[in-house]
Amino acid sequence: MHVHHGQESQPGFLTQPQLNDHLLHRLHDLQTRFRHIPQPSIAELAEELQLPITQVEAVIDFYAFFHRQPRGQTDILFSNCTSCGDLALMQQLCDRLQVEPEQTRADGRISIGQASCIGMCDHGPSALVNGIPLTSITAELIEQMAALIESDTPVASWPENWFRVGNHIRKEGLLLSESFEPGSALKSMRGRNRDQLLEAITASGLKGRGGAGFSTGMKWQFCRDAESTTRYVVCNADEGEPGTFKDRILLNSHADEVFEGMTICGHIIGATQGYLYLRGEYRYLLDALNTTLQRRRDAGLLGANILGEGIDFDIAIVVGAGAYICGEESALIESMEQKPGIPRIRPPFPVTCGFRNQPTVVNNVETLAAAANIILRGHEWFETRGTWQSRGSKLLSVSGDCARPGIYEVAFGVTIEDILHDCGATDVQAVQVGGPSGSLVGPDKFSHCIAFEDIATGGSFMIFNHTRDLLDIIGKFTRFFAHESCGFCTPCRVGTTLLNNGMQKICSGHGTAHDVDELARTAALVSRRSHCGLGITAANPIRDGLKHFPQLFEARLLHQEMEPEFNLDASLAEARKLTRRDDAEAHL
Amino acid sequence: MSSINIDGTDVPFEPGQTIMDAALAAGVYIPHLCHKPGISPHGSCKLCTVDVNGRAVSACTMAAAEGQKIENNTPALNEVRKSITQMLFIEGNHLCPSCEKTGDCTLQAVGYHLGMLDGHYPQFYPRREVDASHPSLVLDRDRCIMCELCVRASREVDGKDVFAIGGRGTGRHLIVNSATGKLADSDITTDDLAAHICPVGAILIKDHGYEVPIGRRTFDLHSVAETDLGEVKLTKTRHHDE
Repeated sequence: MHVHHGQESQPGFLTQPQLNDHLLHRLHDLQTRFRHIPQPSIAELAEELQLPITQVEAVIDFYAFFHRQPRGQTDILFSNCTSCGDLALMQQLCDRLQVEPEQTRADGRISIGQASCIGMCDHGPSALVNGIPLTSITAELIEQMAALIESDTPVASWPENWFRVGNHIRKEGLLLSESFEPGSALKSMRGRNRDQLLEAITASGLKGRGGAGFSTGMKWQFCRDAESTTRYVVCNADEGEPGTFKDRILLNSHADEVFEGMTICGHIIGATQGYLYLRGEYRYLLDALNTTLQRRRDAGLLGANILGEGIDFDIAIVVGAGAYICGEESALIESMEQKPGIPRIRPPFPVTCGFRNQPTVVNNVETLAAAANIILRGHEWFETRGTWQSRGSKLLSVSGDCARPGIYEVAFGVTIEDILHDCGATDVQAVQVGGPSGSLVGPDKFSHCIAFEDIATGGSFMIFNHTRDLLDIIGKFTRFFAHESCGFCTPCRVGTTLLNNGMQKICSGHGTAHDVDELARTAALVSRRSHCGLGITAANPIRDGLKHFPQLFEARLLHQEMEPEFNLDASLAEARKLTRRDDAEAHL
Repeated sequence: MSSINIDGTDVPFEPGQTIMDAALAAGVYIPHLCHKPGISPHGSCKLCTVDVNGRAVSACTMAAAEGQKIENNTPALNEVRKSITQMLFIEGNHLCPSCEKTGDCTLQAVGYHLGMLDGHYPQFYPRREVDASHPSLVLDRDRCIMCELCVRASREVDGKDVFAIGGRGTGRHLIVNSATGKLADSDITTDDLAAHICPVGAILIKDHGYEVPIGRRTFDLHSVAETDLGEVKLTKTRHHDE
């Protein structure tokens, strides 16, 4: 397949750092202008970018934020996350505006739909309004929104404070409590060669903050040692794991540290080009990030001959378009290469064969910020916190049923109990640590620690008290994976949908013991035989649920031999609609 | 020569070979659908899943390496493969008795081989588009199993780029590289390997139905596990009018 990358490819001297010609960006422009991707523009765009039409078509259909049919002038996507979503509010707005979910109203004024977690979990129910996060939605606010939409008030004229996104840093630790002077980490490199700098990273014991926990020093070394003249640094800011929002805060208030970490990495491994892959849900941060990049260029901290030290390095931003799978590093690279985000076969790993098949370091936002600080303050500083196998601190995104949701920077080794105490959570039924792909933990495990050697997490920490229907939450997580599966391999493509169907059957009170057995059997297959981490973890909520909360499933089952797969009453819905009947006689 | 061990038997391999390459060369069958020798491996159908030193990997993409102890033909793995085959059946619309490909269909043959007697899972009954626009070819997406053999054959062997897979999750579907999205407006010809490589009946040559009677077709006479069948299937068959 042809791969075309716009005009940014001259290393070091970037005339177009914003990658205007990147397929994802061009499609975003079309979507914004026409509220969909018009059919005739597809062949034109393919021609202009010298891409196969199929590549453009495949990308449009892969990413959730591109549409074939026009969306409304105001397009509202309610998060369906258990922490930043409330679909009852979505239904309220639909009812109020007389519009069906996912259908544009006949006058073209409004469309309402769902999005996977938009990373606003510390703000309560939230939605993307024409791509901009609107937070802390209440039933009262829905009424006001409806009035604005009906009076044709453009979103730009809606009350500004509705769109306010706070940082909500509740606890500062190793990283957040230090002030950071832009350029200070770069200046601190003076007098140290690349080997010494790499040694500082390795000695710190820093491990990847995305959750997988691979040694950062080793990753950089593998990339540096790989045979090639061109290397890349990629910052993974596709923070899609439901319940995670710490990268939002880092990009909002600590972007210099992140960019500096990328620049240091570039210097150590011998890369002159870096990319930040920003999730589409965080597009509202784009202007500020580009301003920071420009400020750094103007200050000689980015571009050619950085600080007069002969270091060439620049950073460009690629913005995603709604696909959780792009958080997987090889899928992210595919997306950067203007393709659907389908994880590659590994090995080879990105460190030897990544972006444009060149050695590439892909690091989490938090990892890069930590790396910059380790270079500045020394690995000893980093080692003052954490455990022997998990050094340093971790930014936790705490959300759900607690008094103080927000960012807690904790030292590795902290117990779940301690965190629950800090954030003011009481009557806790369970905690989902690491998001849906992590672990569902009950009170019997609250004495366990957050650490790579105990319970690992990319940062998501979702709390559920006893008022919550935990089975329904497991069902929602399962639906999330079915929705986000890229569909490349059979076990995940078909299996996640089978799991979702099975969970919905059980949650709705139609499941039998046989359905639970089937669920367990399919879950085992999906988690062991899938192509990538998404499939491997997709069944975690079900498997943890069956293991630690079997009574929840049991209580919802029908105690009979067999229940048909399809719901006869639900199957009559279309007939009821056609006959405009909804009385008792029209139901079974 | 270096060797790997498959189900207790030593199998030699040359550097650069995958587990699948080495197995096929030695006449050891590892069930597969998206793999075809001569086309770059894909690793998507997952039928060739094997356990290498206890770890699940795809035999078609994993490089053979000294010391690999591989479980392949075990009851547990064949049960997993049967489930995956059933998944492929129920996610599409596979009506074997009325399909022209019956008896020549690799999906069906794998089903026979694994002792599959039913679909097991509830049917998805997807709605998928048929493209009969081309004068000599028909594209019946109901039967597509997303193996991408046609995608790769067109790109790697035919030097074209006729097919791709669009969409996500269960919404994935075969798309055609033409302004209209129709096969008639693409540059595919019946000479292309892509026109013949489909392991199921999703891409068929028109006007040539039922030339070989049911009962005398490939998998009526052979097992899919006969590893030398691969060569036969790869040969381009010319349209007899040409």
